[in-house]
Amino acid sequence: MAVIELRGIRRQYVIGDITVNALRGIDLDVQKGEFLAVMGPSGSGKSTLMNTLGCLDKPGAGSYILDGLETSKASPDEFADIRNKKIGFVFQGFNLLSRTSAIENVELPLFYDRSGKKINARERAAAALREVGLGDRLDHTPNQLSGGQQQRVAIARAMVNDPAFILADEPTGNLDTEMSIEIMVLFQELNDRGKTVIMVTHEPDVAVYCKRMITLRDGAIVSDTPITERRNASEDLVSWREKNGHLAQRNRT
Amino acid sequence: MRSILRNKMRSFLTSLGIIIGVCSVIVMVAVGQGSQEQIKKQIASMGTNLLMVMPPRGPREGNRLSMTDVEKLRAESSYLSAITGEVRLSGTYVVGGSNYWSTSVYGIEPDYLTIKSWAIKEGDFFTEKDIQARNKVAVLGTTVAAKLFPDEDPVGKSIRILTTPFTVIGVLKSKGSNAMGSDQDDVVMVPLETAVNRLTKNRKIESIEMSVVNEDLMDEAQTEVTAILRESHKLSDKADADFSVMNQSQILETASKTSQTLTTLLAAIAGVSLLVGGIGIMNIMLVSVTERTREIGIRMAVGARRRDILLQFLSESMILSLLGGIAGILIALSASYILRRFMNTPTVVSPAVIAFSAGFAAVVGIFFGWYPARKAASLYPIDALRYE
Repeated sequence: MAVIELRGIRRQYVIGDITVNALRGIDLDVQKGEFLAVMGPSGSGKSTLMNTLGCLDKPGAGSYILDGLETSKASPDEFADIRNKKIGFVFQGFNLLSRTSAIENVELPLFYDRSGKKINARERAAAALREVGLGDRLDHTPNQLSGGQQQRVAIARAMVNDPAFILADEPTGNLDTEMSIEIMVLFQELNDRGKTVIMVTHEPDVAVYCKRMITLRDGAIVSDTPITERRNASEDLVSWREKNGHLAQRNRT
Repeated sequence: MRSILRNKMRSFLTSLGIIIGVCSVIVMVAVGQGSQEQIKKQIASMGTNLLMVMPPRGPREGNRLSMTDVEKLRAESSYLSAITGEVRLSGTYVVGGSNYWSTSVYGIEPDYLTIKSWAIKEGDFFTEKDIQARNKVAVLGTTVAAKLFPDEDPVGKSIRILTTPFTVIGVLKSKGSNAMGSDQDDVVMVPLETAVNRLTKNRKIESIEMSVVNEDLMDEAQTEVTAILRESHKLSDKADADFSVMNQSQILETASKTSQTLTTLLAAIAGVSLLVGGIGIMNIMLVSVTERTREIGIRMAVGARRRDILLQFLSESMILSLLGGIAGILIALSASYILRRFMNTPTVVSPAVIAFSAGFAAVVGIFFGWYPARKAASLYPIDALRYE
């Protein structure tokens, strides 16, 4: 079953007198359980595609069916609800609320949940944090956490509402190699458990952990290939730590 | 809510505007109403059978009240138990012994004592004879007596009012200060005729005060006094009166109207400070919205609707102004208690004023919080997320 069906998505920006065609007709299907890397040089329309997929921005034309629902005609409030229930965001800059504890950050999507279901926000947030290995850091604020830990809090926040897919925008962009691999371990685990993950990145090193890769150029998909030599992040992490043991030790502290 | 606690100092300073505003509104109104109460009490304590004749207010024409009017009233009226003409010379220099003092000199007749319920402490008050003979005798209030003759008995001593020498024949019993806080014992009383002829230039009297024999006859007495004076002033039936006769409740009304105007004015000034406090809140909320643009973006990304953001900021500004309002009320209550208890200023804090200023504070919070909250809610999630 397709989680995402994009048909002829177009998006134009008018900056001054210039009209930029950020997306020129994107057709894309993403099935449940996929792990998709979106690659492309800057200016290729990656960010615009990501904003469209994330229901942060309306496409100019085309149809976007998310989890069986047509979204291109949604109102801002409906968009907000879609973001709340269907999409888990992970950003390059973590985007956690500062001076707010990890668990409160993770609770945030549940706070805006309007489904009316009775949910124990605290318990679910704690469970999500335990899943990303931060069970002992619930009350730490972002500035008391390392970059990798902050990104893991962000991933916990992205999962807590059990969304249709996780949308990660350069999730390893601000992290060093070891932390990057750690994050990819987490994403692979999530994917193994059936989560659909879409990751925008420009690093081929990171893309090799995904299952499928599309490349954008000038607002169009120029290649769409399965990743044949997929790497296992857990194995890479072990071998990287063996090779750089002392360095890793230093970074940990 | 948490952001208020996170910025304790800023939140406090923001609320301070509201605190001061609410506090000053309540205290001002409390002081105003307090003095109004006191005026009412004081006038009520003078007896309810008082009538007063005064020149009309306003610059229309000069005062035409004279000794003749007093004599006519005394002779012709059947409802009056006591009557006195009155002149007042305030800020008059009085020299006695080796001291001098600036005080109010009242030219009055003996009935004044009964009408205004004064009593003599030492010596005597002057009599009708002193009035007729224009004797230069004076009765001192306790304050004046203490200033001029701190160590000796003033009775029998000689004093000088302006340039005229007077003999002190008595000292009044102390009455303390009145509703407006001025010292009623800071007074020298001299016979009306003497004052009119020796101390004033225009030989006019300033007011006539009367006691009516019975409270039930107030209306009749007022009508009669008016008729007698119209005749005395030779006014035709159509002409406006060049004097006004007021009874107890009318005097009360005039006095409380004056103090009401004052109260309103004070409250209005205080209200302006409340408004300024509100603008302070708006200012801080605007800064806060800019500062927290990214936070707004994050909240929107994880599913906050516009209304959620709007309510978040609106409730923040409301909480700020409500907390300020509550603090202001508490401070105002203690301030008016201190004023009443230790500074002898009468204050009345009415629940209506408290409710009004608390409500006004909340309205200020909503009104001035609305614009910043709208601004926050109308951000686009992508722009807010990208904001540095």
